[in-house]
Amino acid sequence: MVSDSQPVLALSDLRVEVGGRAIVEDVALTLHKGEMLGLVGESGCGKSVTALAILRLLAEPPMRIARGRIVLEGTDLVPLPEPALQRLRGQAMAMIFQEPMTSLNPVFSVGDQIAEAVRLHSDLTRAQARTRAAELLARVGIPAPESALDRYPHQMSGGQRQRVMIAMALAASPRLLVADEPTTALDVTVQAQILDLLDDLRRDSGMAVLLITHDLGVVSQYCDRVAVMYGGRIVETAPAADLFAHPRHRYAQALLATIPAANPPGAELPAIPGSVPPPGQRPQGCAFHPRCAAATDRCRADLPPLAELAPGHLAACWNPA
Amino acid sequence: MTLLSVRDLTKTYPAAHGRRVQALSGVSLQITAGEVLGVVGESGCGKSTLGRAILRLAEADSGEILFDGQDLRRLSRSQMNAVRRDLQVVFQDPFGALNPRHKVGHILAEPLIVQGIPNREARVAEVLGLVGLPDSAAERYPHEFSGGQRQRIAIARALVLNPKLIVADEAVSALDVSVQSQILNLIASLRRKLGLSILFISHDLSVIRHVSDRIAVMYLGRIVETGPTEAVIAAPRHPYTQALLSAVPHLGRRQGRIRLEGEVPDPANPPPGCAFHTRCAQAMDICRQTRPVLTARDKGEVACHLT
Repeated sequence: MVSDSQPVLALSDLRVEVGGRAIVEDVALTLHKGEMLGLVGESGCGKSVTALAILRLLAEPPMRIARGRIVLEGTDLVPLPEPALQRLRGQAMAMIFQEPMTSLNPVFSVGDQIAEAVRLHSDLTRAQARTRAAELLARVGIPAPESALDRYPHQMSGGQRQRVMIAMALAASPRLLVADEPTTALDVTVQAQILDLLDDLRRDSGMAVLLITHDLGVVSQYCDRVAVMYGGRIVETAPAADLFAHPRHRYAQALLATIPAANPPGAELPAIPGSVPPPGQRPQGCAFHPRCAAATDRCRADLPPLAELAPGHLAACWNPA
Repeated sequence: MTLLSVRDLTKTYPAAHGRRVQALSGVSLQITAGEVLGVVGESGCGKSTLGRAILRLAEADSGEILFDGQDLRRLSRSQMNAVRRDLQVVFQDPFGALNPRHKVGHILAEPLIVQGIPNREARVAEVLGLVGLPDSAAERYPHEFSGGQRQRIAIARALVLNPKLIVADEAVSALDVSVQSQILNLIASLRRKLGLSILFISHDLSVIRHVSDRIAVMYLGRIVETGPTEAVIAAPRHPYTQALLSAVPHLGRRQGRIRLEGEVPDPANPPPGCAFHTRCAQAMDICRQTRPVLTARDKGEVACHLT
């Protein structure tokens, strides 16, 4: 879904540090209206830090945005003071997390919590906000929304709680939704329902969705474009179909080859040796080179830049596949 | 030769308001020597309780667990300790399962000490080699290792007594994709080398498919379908198995998915008849009233009125 208009989100040259040490570097992303972008990678790759940085929800300090621009609908969020950010959060951008139980208040009914989110961003009366909350619950597929308003989070299943979180995120019709592993804690049949819902929402309302996940299958089924992170950097970005058909970065290629579903049952899996380096121990050159079967001397010495290898398909690899 | 035969195993847990959660309702299964049986299902289906009940980490309410000819449920604590030589477990979280204060060498030697087995150092070095870790790992502490290496240590500990059966409960679920494949390869090679039987419990059907000879699909405390892996994957008979297979996000665009409505019912208040009827698009009147029994079909078994 390519659009010529101003992007909803344009992230450039983002660098996040902890104690002077970079945990996310050189990250650039662009998200257009109605687009779903998958940000994919293994633990410690920097994908969740990137997500939190976009909403300016990083624990600052100890973390710090050391460089870069986070431009939301034309406004750079990096220099904005907290009150201005608070107005944008919920209104222009919203976020949902992996575990909805920890984000919902256990002592208030879900109706009260959604209505509060509605009133925060509008001048509706209490009664109007409650009506709006019921509409939102209906929109996210909660059966009997009127009676669901009076239920408490613990009375709902994990999937229903995630629907409630999505309803709250939708309260002020944000143009950007950042979803950080929204279905990782859910069963696979419920995961499919929630992802279908996000897909419907972005198609109906034009909301842009940044979907952060470790699950390549999810990305391939739902996202228009995908960005793969490794060692705090984006190592490859492409239209989803292109990336899965022809991964160019050796890490993306190895990652796709190693998943069980891509191999005959029982066959030896083409495993990637070693493990993901923690942020303090990222090697010189390409961060993947110690685990890469195709590494050259150059990979050990110099950091590969993100280069366009085909239209819209960029990879940071000295020896691409 | 049948190594493990579970018959009609039932386990309930107390729940709020005096109710009981029916975690296992008459589960029966068999594992032959050298076989990997994959148990798959969603949260609350009872798959972890099944593993724990077999190990007697949770006591079943009724039923039989015949392991190597003995009913484990009738054994005294000391008799059970002797059986543990042959019956080991690997859990999901390798860090929680390894004592952080002990060196790896000690962690691996402990089962040998408990069982009074000599020549421990040589055996520890041997199992470290089996799981692909250097001898020097014995002198280090668990926190010095990555998640994948810690799971290798947990597997080494399970192997140190040379067991016949390992219960692997979500053994690769906490690992990164790139590390998960290393551990799956390790499990496959150990199984070939040692002739191990494995009860492989996972929520991840693609992992289950990769490692298992046979699959048992659980829903709300019962097995709803079993069969040889490829037969179940190629032609699932139970509508729940069909939906589960269809919901796994594979690479490629979505196509003709079966979309299940709703979620798994409360195990403290399971629906009458077939427990799946509340989410089944093909449910008939009989499904709402009469519970289908697990019945032989081809090489497997299915509990469904439709088949």
